[in-house]
Amino acid sequence: MKKFSQLAVPYIVWSVIMLLLPMVLVVFYAFTDSGNAIMTFTFTIRHFVRFFTDPDFLLVLWRSLKIAIKTTIACVLLGYPVAYFIANSSDRQRNMLVLAITLPTWINMLVRTYAWIGLLSKGGLFSTLLGFFGLKDVEILYTEGAVLLGMVYNFLPFMILQINTSLCTMDHSLLAAAADLGADGVHTFLKVTLPLSLPGVISGISLVFLPAVSSFFIPKLLGGGQYFLIGNVIENQFITVGEWNFGSAISVIMAMIMMYSMYLVRHIEARNSGNARKES
Amino acid sequence: MKKKKRYFGVTIMILALVFFYLPIITVVVFSFNGSKSLTVMKGFSLQWYERLFRDSQMMDSVYTTVLVAVIATVVSTIAGTLAAVGLSKSRRVVRDLVLQINDFPIMNPEIVTAIGLMLFFITLGVERGLLTMILAHIAFCIPYVILSVMPKIRSLDPNLADAAMDLGATPWQALTKVIVPEITPGILSGALIAFTMSFDDFIISYFVTGRGVKNLSIMAYTMSKRVNPTINAISSLIVGVITLILVLINLVPFISSKIKNKKNLTEV
Repeated sequence: MKKFSQLAVPYIVWSVIMLLLPMVLVVFYAFTDSGNAIMTFTFTIRHFVRFFTDPDFLLVLWRSLKIAIKTTIACVLLGYPVAYFIANSSDRQRNMLVLAITLPTWINMLVRTYAWIGLLSKGGLFSTLLGFFGLKDVEILYTEGAVLLGMVYNFLPFMILQINTSLCTMDHSLLAAAADLGADGVHTFLKVTLPLSLPGVISGISLVFLPAVSSFFIPKLLGGGQYFLIGNVIENQFITVGEWNFGSAISVIMAMIMMYSMYLVRHIEARNSGNARKES
Repeated sequence: MKKKKRYFGVTIMILALVFFYLPIITVVVFSFNGSKSLTVMKGFSLQWYERLFRDSQMMDSVYTTVLVAVIATVVSTIAGTLAAVGLSKSRRVVRDLVLQINDFPIMNPEIVTAIGLMLFFITLGVERGLLTMILAHIAFCIPYVILSVMPKIRSLDPNLADAAMDLGATPWQALTKVIVPEITPGILSGALIAFTMSFDDFIISYFVTGRGVKNLSIMAYTMSKRVNPTINAISSLIVGVITLILVLINLVPFISSKIKNKKNLTEV
């Protein structure tokens, strides 16, 4: 018994060094001003003040949140019907379809996003298609629309799979019970299926919203150099500018906003399920 | 009414599949393009495949990607499994605390994990390159292995190992001959997740690498401004390999069951 618990010791040490310490360092850098050696640091909240007093940075933050929310809404609206269809298929079909949805995610995200450059650029498939509808010379690539499309493309599979799982694991006898009690299809869906699939939607939201806020290669590839999101700002601070302290502060701000939004979503969900229980 | 709904569902499903597969099909088609364009096909050629194999930077990145993924998968699968077994027998406080830390790379935005590791290596004065990339990959892969092995251990009878040892097995034998075979599905799916996570990783690799060490994702990122169809060629090869593996996985049980049926028939 004791012998087996000792197996965890190396990992406890490793996880403190490789997982906990880096996060401590990010927070540490965010609150310090250092020269080149860390021994000369001084504590400061200068970086946070700088971020919140610069309208440019606030605009980027607002833009990142906006596009992440748009992506999440689009993924719920598009993903739910697809997941519903998959969940209501026969076992064989369902396995095939789940595999078909999972498969693209195994291919490098960057490569798949890169492919959209060709599809969206002038003379590509999409502008040609739009040309047939009389919409010539519509610029798609390097616009917000292209970034939104890229995000939905990359994150939609996670939403579909999460909703599908929660639809498949729900108690199907409840549907029969609702029908026996005289509920029609729409009512059964609204009162039984939808509330029971909500946990899947919630975990889907966290799998879409969080990476969408912090994403930086999708805006870079499909938004051109002009469309900056918070992830791009962090990347710039670390890779180009070299202001690690400021970059760390932005990361801390971003992580805080994400934690808070996830807390909010969970809170709303908990209240909703509480209400549902009260009603019944 | 019911039928109408089904048609609606089928339409949406088809549209979704077109949406998901269109870019992948484009990649494969344009890898055979006669010109450099990503929008217009000008004849069939294998020039991008030829260039791919001559492009030493590209081949280096393929090598780096595979090397890092294999090492990260092997190390994190073994370490993650041992850690999960150990944690399941640890005190509750310790286990909950470690699992909390374990969740960091899963719950945190990847870019935060990435800059954390970058700052860590810089602060320690480790020169960034292949070694830091491998260490970082192991660091973010182990949590996924633990996450997929842990539920399998929980569903195991907690007395199993003790029973084996009562019957004279050494702890090592109890682990390898009793526990591990029982949790193999969890270990395998953990290894698969680790491999795909490592193989496809961009953000963390991008921040912890140095000295010109690049994996495929970093190559694709640095090429975003100048068109380079060799990236289509290598991606098509990867698509081909994945498809082949999937076909084999699905076909082998099918064929072997056919053969078995035939044998049964002839025996009868």
